Amino acid sequence: MFKKRGRGDADIPMSSLADIAFLLLVFFLVVTTIDVDTGIGLVLPPIPDDTTPPPPVRERNLMNILVNAQGMVLINEMPAAIPTVRERVKTFIDNRGVDPELSESPDDAIVSIKTDRRTPYNVYIDMLDEVMGAYEELRHQASMDRFGVPYSSLEQGSERRAEIQEMYPKKISIAEPDEG
Amino acid sequence: MSKFKKKQANTKQGVPTSAMPDVVFMLLIFFMVTTVLREVELQVQIDYAAAENIEKIEQKRLVSYVYIGPERLGGGRLGETKVQIDDALVDDINAIRNIMYDKLMEQPRLIVSLRVDRDSEFGIVTDVQQELRHAGTLRINYSTRRQI
Repeated sequence: MFKKRGRGDADIPMSSLADIAFLLLVFFLVVTTIDVDTGIGLVLPPIPDDTTPPPPVRERNLMNILVNAQGMVLINEMPAAIPTVRERVKTFIDNRGVDPELSESPDDAIVSIKTDRRTPYNVYIDMLDEVMGAYEELRHQASMDRFGVPYSSLEQGSERRAEIQEMYPKKISIAEPDEG
Repeated sequence: MSKFKKKQANTKQGVPTSAMPDVVFMLLIFFMVTTVLREVELQVQIDYAAAENIEKIEQKRLVSYVYIGPERLGGGRLGETKVQIDDALVDDINAIRNIMYDKLMEQPRLIVSLRVDRDSEFGIVTDVQQELRHAGTLRINYSTRRQI
């Protein structure tokens, strides 16, 4: 009686296995993200040696930003709010000798950021971000005027990008903080 | 003699290879599932700061990390702010100079990525930066999240 029932077909259809595997592979390929490091890049100045004095910098070419432990900002001894910093940095860099108080050319302009030892790190990063943002906007503008394409679309290491970078070199100085 | 010959002729030689892809596939999956990419065990707590104008680091092999944040103690408590390089905490700040110098010798185009907790004080970051300047590793990157 049992025997008569037989075993039927024991095979599983295998022909579509490859399709399934392929589908899974594609799914995981698409879904997987390898996390990329992002951050604000900066090049530190080398340790000055004692024999060569630091190059002279004219007062007008230097923009002093001071951030204290409470997150309050002084720009050239005058209080300012962090959101206004970007515009001020932009006018400072892109002055081109018009205002006698501001920089002579973007090439001469130096932005100096000085903090307190107890300044929270995120306040400092906010500050640096604003300054970077100012440079980014200026470069974007220059790129649009010159090539008609946004700066971000210029390829890394390309000639055009280098040209724009040369127009607005990032001269940011991180001063050593005061004790306290 | 003939007896032996006959025996050899009758047996089929060769391993069935039709199932080999399956075996290979299974091995692949096995290793994929069991592999754990080596990560640094963090001994400090780091909550990244966020910024808008950030750039990607494309060449990951050039990067060396310095972690700065409050030390993780047992039971979810946090201790003082410490510096961690690779797998160990660095107690003596001045030792960073030598560590980084050695790394720079191995990789002349080294980028140091500073992964700093957002609530740390900037003083310790400056100390580390001074050490980096002494070591000659001048390219740094403040690791931040993208601001949403």
